[in-house]
Amino acid sequence: MAIGTSRKERIDSLAESSASETGVSLAASAWRRLRRNPVFLVGASIIGLFVLLALLAPVLAPHDPGVRMLADQVSRATNSIPPAQEGHPFGGDQHGRDLFSRVLLGSQQTLLVAVLATVIGLGGGLTLGTLAGAFGGWVDSLVMRIVDVMLSVPSLLLAVSIGALFSSQTQFTVILAVAIVQIPVFARLLRGTMLAQRESDHVLAARSLGVRQRSIVFRHMLPNALGPVIVQSTLVLAVAIIDAAALSFLGLGAADDSVPEWGQMLGNAQNVIDSHPHLAFWPAACIIVVALGFTLVGESLRDALDPKRRR
Amino acid sequence: MSAARGESANVSTAPEEDRVLVEVDDLKVHFPIKRGVVLDRTVGHVYAVDGVDLRIQRGETYGLVGESGCGKSTLGRALLRLVDQTGGRVVFDGVDLSTLRGEPLRRMRRRMQMVFQDPMSSLDPRQSVASILVEGLRAHGLDTDRVATDRRLRELLTAVGLPGTALRKYPHEFSGGQRQRIGIARALTVNPDLVVADEPVSALDVSVQAQVINLLGDLQEEFGLTYLVIAHDLAVVRHISDRIGVMYLGGLVEEAASDALYQEPLHPYTRALLSAVPVPDPELEDRREHILLSGDLPSPAAPPSGCRFHTRCPWRQADRCDTERPALREITPGHRVACHFAEDIRDGRIARHEVAAEAVDATTGLSGVASTSAAGPASVTEVLGP
Amino acid sequence: MALLEVRDLSVVFQRKGEEPFAAVDGISFDVSPGQMVGLVGESGCGKSVTSLAIMGLLPQRGVRVEGTVEFEGKDLLRLSDRELADRRGRDLGMVFQDPLSSVNPVIPIGVQVSEVLERHEGLRRREAALRSAELLDRVGIPDPSRRLKEYPHQLSGGMRQRALIAMALACKPRLLIADEPTTALDVTIQAQILSLLSELVRDTGTALIMITHDLGVVAGMCDEVNVLYGGRIVERAGRHELFAEPRHPYTAGLLASIPRLDAPRGDRLTPIRGSVADNIPWAGGCAFAPRCPNAVDACVERSPEMTRDGERLLRCHNPVGRPAPSEEVPVQ
Repeated sequence: MAIGTSRKERIDSLAESSASETGVSLAASAWRRLRRNPVFLVGASIIGLFVLLALLAPVLAPHDPGVRMLADQVSRATNSIPPAQEGHPFGGDQHGRDLFSRVLLGSQQTLLVAVLATVIGLGGGLTLGTLAGAFGGWVDSLVMRIVDVMLSVPSLLLAVSIGALFSSQTQFTVILAVAIVQIPVFARLLRGTMLAQRESDHVLAARSLGVRQRSIVFRHMLPNALGPVIVQSTLVLAVAIIDAAALSFLGLGAADDSVPEWGQMLGNAQNVIDSHPHLAFWPAACIIVVALGFTLVGESLRDALDPKRRR
Repeated sequence: MSAARGESANVSTAPEEDRVLVEVDDLKVHFPIKRGVVLDRTVGHVYAVDGVDLRIQRGETYGLVGESGCGKSTLGRALLRLVDQTGGRVVFDGVDLSTLRGEPLRRMRRRMQMVFQDPMSSLDPRQSVASILVEGLRAHGLDTDRVATDRRLRELLTAVGLPGTALRKYPHEFSGGQRQRIGIARALTVNPDLVVADEPVSALDVSVQAQVINLLGDLQEEFGLTYLVIAHDLAVVRHISDRIGVMYLGGLVEEAASDALYQEPLHPYTRALLSAVPVPDPELEDRREHILLSGDLPSPAAPPSGCRFHTRCPWRQADRCDTERPALREITPGHRVACHFAEDIRDGRIARHEVAAEAVDATTGLSGVASTSAAGPASVTEVLGP
Repeated sequence: MALLEVRDLSVVFQRKGEEPFAAVDGISFDVSPGQMVGLVGESGCGKSVTSLAIMGLLPQRGVRVEGTVEFEGKDLLRLSDRELADRRGRDLGMVFQDPLSSVNPVIPIGVQVSEVLERHEGLRRREAALRSAELLDRVGIPDPSRRLKEYPHQLSGGMRQRALIAMALACKPRLLIADEPTTALDVTIQAQILSLLSELVRDTGTALIMITHDLGVVAGMCDEVNVLYGGRIVERAGRHELFAEPRHPYTAGLLASIPRLDAPRGDRLTPIRGSVADNIPWAGGCAFAPRCPNAVDACVERSPEMTRDGERLLRCHNPVGRPAPSEEVPVQ
């Protein structure tokens, strides 16, 4: 009656060989899907390229971005600005500084602003969101009311007000203003996913096992709630670049413009945008491409981390 | 699944009182319904569990059945102090759980564990099986020796019928039945006395359900466990339970030994429930009596007055059923029923009658008596005809 | 003559970079007017995909549907989208497992029922509303005129399923497909819905395809029962014959593995070993072989053909009880 033993063994061995010995974790399988996603590859290449440019900018830049080496070609009366010429592929800006070098070195500041603002915003948001999501009750109500107040002010307006609070504007005030605007976004997002985790069966299981509250929060709730926050932070990187540019554009950026930054360059170019649009074009194009890179990475991360799409 | 061997075997000679592991007295769990923008106002309560008394003996399997919304899951969770009770008390092995807070409660949790319905959502997707299993040990300081811990985990996996290689894998790499085995192994890591299994097989395929049911039985013998099994499937509950309690709208309406309950159900609700379960035997299906209940379960936020079941009861008698809530009383030894007329119904002194369906609102629980179709069509053909 | 003739229906899912997977693998069955036919099986046996294929509700991309589904002599699989949409609702009705997700949450129930009537019957709004109220009343929804104005979330699960049945019945379809219509419901509500469906079939002569995993549900109502495993029908018989004497080891195994209310309480159940994940492909044998207690060498060597034994069809090399019948069913 029984199935031939040799065949049965064959079936068993087949079944075993298909099942790998070591497991594939959630993160590993997300990474595997990410690697095969062309959207991620394009986004990551863009970001990689700009990070590389930023790192190598001091070497690559042909001139010092602060030196007015083409100042003799600038004339307020005739509204002339140095055009593209030998050694200066983009020409000069309205102060006679080499535009190409400024765009190159501008990547450093812009990326720095974006990353720092996002990290500070994420840190604040994580703290508040974890507090609210982990404790619930009145802590949750208190934190969320604060967050609601922050959210009720339009983000750029809030950033402008924060930027204006500081007596002397520096790059740091821009970073802080952009970061604070992002805190409520992160806090709300994390709190929502944390609360969902709080009600989930595996957290209940941990509670019934007698696992300590701290361990439940940091080992079960937070790691499982982080997915959407990670996605959001890549998107915020893009937003931060644009917000920082907007602040600089509105004159709330760093007062000292010897260190170039794309938003600030864009802002300074507005007076001459009719006659010399190229001054605005290069920094604007860079901002758009970098923001696009971060957005693409964020979107593909969202797909990869979605447990429903795992196979 | 008879009384367990092992460590609880020696207590079978102990006096009656000592054999009780869990004692539930007049347990109430009411969830407030809150409304309000700034300050939450309580506008009502969901009476999820509303006055339940029961005893669970050491080594037995107590089955709790009822339909969704009857409060059976809440009762199970209240018993484990996973939800806070509103009133009454739960005494576990002589310790009143409602007095415990913080660290003593956390340490107490080692002795009572839970198995969940959905084996996927109850396992943390980010943790490997090893880390899921070791967590309980660590929480109670039982993982001092790495070699011993590893050996214990492998023993547990063997006990639930999984290979040792499973330790390094993640929940999503297993089938539903295997995940449920992991969930059961997790509950057993800390050597509990009581396991509350909330719908342990209802998410599984039919052919796999039997494997898990058998496994629960084997583990009970091997580890001397006491079970509270909560399920809506009466056939499953009857198969694994020694005693069964039937719940309806937050209260226990009948309690009896498993066989007695199925041979002679005394409460009208139990009778209707049993007759509603489809049986895989066409001859019997054609022959047997079907008691169709009209209408839906009333909302637990607005339970009917008197006997909770009177709005749907085909044996309802005027006045007394609407006004007086029947107490759970012992009719024959070990068989308790909450019905004023249980004996009359059993002996056929009260006849069944038609019940008009009441409209039950899913959101508010307000009900209005339906205008039963005096003017409505008599059959489908009348509506669908040309 | 049969109302619906399904012949060699196959549904193959093909995802980029993956092996094609046949969810339904050559299924044939007939449904006559007024007949209740059951498709029974566990998750992944292809029962729901079969119903979606008949209704033409499978996604267009990545799915290959083969065979024929003739409804009154017309092949549904060859109809244009428009013709098919016209048939659905008018000739074919469907009731789904989850009543909440299969109705539009932001439109009142009444409007959703009337819409079907307005579209297929050409009724005016007022007439349609009147008929909708009658329908809701017919399926046992109390106070129908009030319920018509309510939104799906305001109804309980049982009432939603009734409303869905009312919607499926609005245009007197000749075939109703019920895909796990009671799985999400409580037993007492399930009993109500099942008796409602039986009554509707009896009164209107509508044919019913009942798709379920619950053997108890088909035992009480289906005239003919098809047991599916791994995308194929492994056994077909009238309900009395099938339950009295299950011949396929899978059918027998299913019946032995469920605890029963009508039998004395035994000590242990007899489970089917392994899970659906252990299936082998039909091409090289019987998909059930790795889990089958009756498996012989032939089961992993060649795929069992469908054989006829009186009124019963069976796909097995070594069935329970007597040896396999020799008469093969000719390929249609």
